[in-house]
Amino acid sequence: MKKVIIDPITRLEGHGKIEIFLNDEGGVENVYFQVPELRGFEKFCEGRPVEELPAITAKICGVCPGCHHMASGKAVDAVFGVDPPPTAKKLRELFYMAHFMHSHTAHFYALAAPDFVVGPDAPPEKRNILGVIEKVGKEIGTEVIKQRRIAQEIQALLGGHQTFVVMNIPGGVRKGLSEEERDDIAIKADGFVRFAQFTLQLFEDVVLKNKEYVDIILNGPYNLKLHSMGLVDSNNKVNFYDGKVRVVDTEGKELYKYSPPEYLDYVAEHVEPWSYLKFPFLKKIGWKGFVDGQNSGLYHATPLSRLNASDGMATPLAQKEYERMYATLGGKPVHATLAMHWARLVELLYSAERCRELATDPDITGKELRASLGPIPGEGVGIVEAQRGTLTHHYRTDEKGIVTKVNLIVGTTNNHAAISMSIKKAAEGLIKKGVEVNNGILNMIEMAFRAYDPCFSCATHCLPGEMPMIVEVREPDGELLQRFVRD
Amino acid sequence: MDGLEFKPRIVAFLCNWCSYTGADLAGTSRIEYKANVRAIRLMCSGRIEPTLVLKAFSKGADGVLLCGCHPGDCHYQEGNYRCLRRYLLLQKYIKQIGIEPERLKLEWISASEGKQFADLVNSFTETIIELGPSKTKQTITVFK
Amino acid sequence: MAGDKPKLKLAVYWAAACGGCCVSVLDVHEKLFDVVSAADLVFWPIALDTKYEDVENMPDKYIDLTLFNGAVRNSENEHMARLLRKKSKTLVAYGSCAHMGGIPGLANFSTREEILRRVFEETESVVNTDKIRPVPEYTAKEGVLEIPEFYNDVRSLSLVVDVDYYIPGCPPQTERLLEVFTAIVTGAELPPKGSVVGADNKTQCEECTRKKSENKKIKKFYRPWEIKDDGETCFLEQGVICMGPATRAGCGHRCIKGNAPCRGCYGPPSGAIDPGAKMMSAIAGIIDEKEPEEISRVIEDIADPGGYFYRFSLPVSLIRRKVQ
Ligand code: SF4
Ligand code: SF4
Ligand code: SF4
Ligand code: FES
Repeated sequence: MKKVIIDPITRLEGHGKIEIFLNDEGGVENVYFQVPELRGFEKFCEGRPVEELPAITAKICGVCPGCHHMASGKAVDAVFGVDPPPTAKKLRELFYMAHFMHSHTAHFYALAAPDFVVGPDAPPEKRNILGVIEKVGKEIGTEVIKQRRIAQEIQALLGGHQTFVVMNIPGGVRKGLSEEERDDIAIKADGFVRFAQFTLQLFEDVVLKNKEYVDIILNGPYNLKLHSMGLVDSNNKVNFYDGKVRVVDTEGKELYKYSPPEYLDYVAEHVEPWSYLKFPFLKKIGWKGFVDGQNSGLYHATPLSRLNASDGMATPLAQKEYERMYATLGGKPVHATLAMHWARLVELLYSAERCRELATDPDITGKELRASLGPIPGEGVGIVEAQRGTLTHHYRTDEKGIVTKVNLIVGTTNNHAAISMSIKKAAEGLIKKGVEVNNGILNMIEMAFRAYDPCFSCATHCLPGEMPMIVEVREPDGELLQRFVRD
Repeated sequence: MDGLEFKPRIVAFLCNWCSYTGADLAGTSRIEYKANVRAIRLMCSGRIEPTLVLKAFSKGADGVLLCGCHPGDCHYQEGNYRCLRRYLLLQKYIKQIGIEPERLKLEWISASEGKQFADLVNSFTETIIELGPSKTKQTITVFK
Repeated sequence: MAGDKPKLKLAVYWAAACGGCCVSVLDVHEKLFDVVSAADLVFWPIALDTKYEDVENMPDKYIDLTLFNGAVRNSENEHMARLLRKKSKTLVAYGSCAHMGGIPGLANFSTREEILRRVFEETESVVNTDKIRPVPEYTAKEGVLEIPEFYNDVRSLSLVVDVDYYIPGCPPQTERLLEVFTAIVTGAELPPKGSVVGADNKTQCEECTRKKSENKKIKKFYRPWEIKDDGETCFLEQGVICMGPATRAGCGHRCIKGNAPCRGCYGPPSGAIDPGAKMMSAIAGIIDEKEPEEISRVIEDIADPGGYFYRFSLPVSLIRRKVQ
């Protein structure tokens, strides 16, 4: 049996590695997507005062620290049995929308765009953010960097620290917003909306008007039928900060809708001996292995799944884009992995619009920042949508609020099985007997997991954003048949 | 410890004015006490930095003894209160990091209390023998 | 930045890290173009050809400057630390994790066994009746799959290899990185090996803008949610633990600006070896009680001394892991 190794594919709460085993016919026998990293937050958060967890758990990930800070803040509120005042909740959400702007912008321009704007077959040295800038002009490149910076400035203003915000305190937030600051954010939010619209237009011009690309999206080896998960508000519209988790099946029918404290009835995790990352699945269906389809126990939690699991977007411009996307792609739900890029841009527009709504909401400059706390009941669950999937924090404490148990199901983890399978499908579709593994094929395989933005393809990819790879094709005795390095 | 006798290593931080004199007195009056103690003299118990105590443990001390003047008698007024507060805080911390709190002890010894000092050393040594050797040094050098 | 000088060969590597340090490098924002014109990035797993083998093939001391972030948690981290030491002229421990063990270093309060058991067998959502755990080498039916060995102990970079400089912070402030970077590029004289750079020599308190009195006295400690912070008075004087007295300044007291007490990510100020010991000493100095029972009552409210005083520094502290 021959073996193809892609190592490391970088970030995912650590580093990632793909092993592709080929059979004697030269086809794909199996694919393993391994996560070699473990840090053990579930254990070492024990013994800490629970109010410290929003800051500690933010350090699970420097790419989406805001998501952990929010999920954790909400779990801590639940531990104290407190509901923050409207101003506090809105400030948190405002921060969170800036966080989404920041992350989705970076992902689209640094990661997704190179494949489409520059082209999947372009030489690797061009297929990066600098290549995108070359193609679309330096002004746009500078604009991308600027919008990302502005989003980060808003984060720092609301949260103290630009990356690792410290805004959440049990029952609310530590800092309010002045009128001037609010006015400033409102102007910036207008800019966000224009920027998001511009980005969607770019997607339309470059991708959707190119039949070849639409074909890759819809027909390439990138379809995976899994159930879809996402957080929705009381109208079943997409919400990132609050609501209930809704799961729809592969045909778009609602399977479950649960509130955070009920998550254990619906989600469970499976362990494999070859990866430090667990594999979540739908508990009521059970672990059926790495299979897709209506009977599978697997789901995905991504921008696309969020749209699939909802009835629409809560802001008008984003709603229009939502409708357009499904109309173009043949109705709901969509299972084309690459449609995630489009879904992400719909979300980008939603974040921008929601940011503007919140910045002009009279409550946002309110003075009531913290609610008084109840007794410490000792258990709480907080759920938000992280950019990379539904994020669950679950804490137990003693009567003094000292943590005794922590359970975490983080964004990308939800998609561990889905990513493995997408890679496998792509590999199966592309690696065939007699076909030499080349640059283009590697990039096409890579596109499968890049669509998930699995944390390693995050904001940090801003620089020459190329996913490096090495592929070795070996004979069963280990002799090297073909070695391919892409840089 | 069958056969191999455990000889505890004890570090005593002594204030120069009262406790060290007391210890000295114990020596000159030939009051017998266990010879496992390495005494370190400081001007005042208020000078016993937590760093010194933790360092002693990290270098392999099985027990650490802190001695200062009786309350009210400190030559620098409040040094011994400062020592007391550090000691109580350290107790809480070393417990958390897995060192038995009994391995750290604070007593007030005056210049005339040679006998008390000898008794203290003897009883503390007993306590440490009961606890057995400290695993601190070994644990913190184990990598991987 | 001289035009004819060869460009600086720069490497950035993450070990047991969260990615925040790499993000902080990217947060140069528009100055990114300046950095790229002054330095060639020869190794940066998130951005360039990552293959470890290519680093192995570099001549020794090929890289001018390596910013190593993340703690050393597993066998792969250790291997990369040794490799990059060999290949770099200047090796910088970048960020709290590389500098002191950082947040992942809190794991030194537990053992490998406890962590693996909790994560893979006991968490509330896990279904694992066969008690399967990830293993460094697993033979699947198609072949052998390898993952790094998870160590019992978290180490900082300098506990594994020789380190030239430390840039503290979780993550370091990007402006401070740029200062250091510019100094290196322009050939300015660098402080002696082993120094902390990109930070100040004072303590956080000396630069903090909150109002403080000369003589702090505390009769009770509070958890942050137990008080109504007035946004102005020193946290410690309000009875809330703040690591300011035992922390090096240089971050622009960004947490305090967000109305949160400092937790010490910049590490101890120059001269102090053990931040926690320094903090215990500071706290003992402000407790306004004399009777043992009273003092104990005050201390009782310091809920998690280890977790407060060694939040970022347990692996380099004097008692660097839980004794067992
Ligand atoms: S120092 Fe902080 S920002 Fe840097 S890797 Fe460690 S946790 Fe992340
Ligand atoms: S203890 Fe904290 S709040 Fe007080 S002066 Fe120092 S840094 Fe500022
Ligand atoms: S205030 Fe303290 S914890 Fe916050 S960034 Fe500065 S040194 Fe780090
Ligand atoms: S002089 Fe003896 S304790 Fe201060």
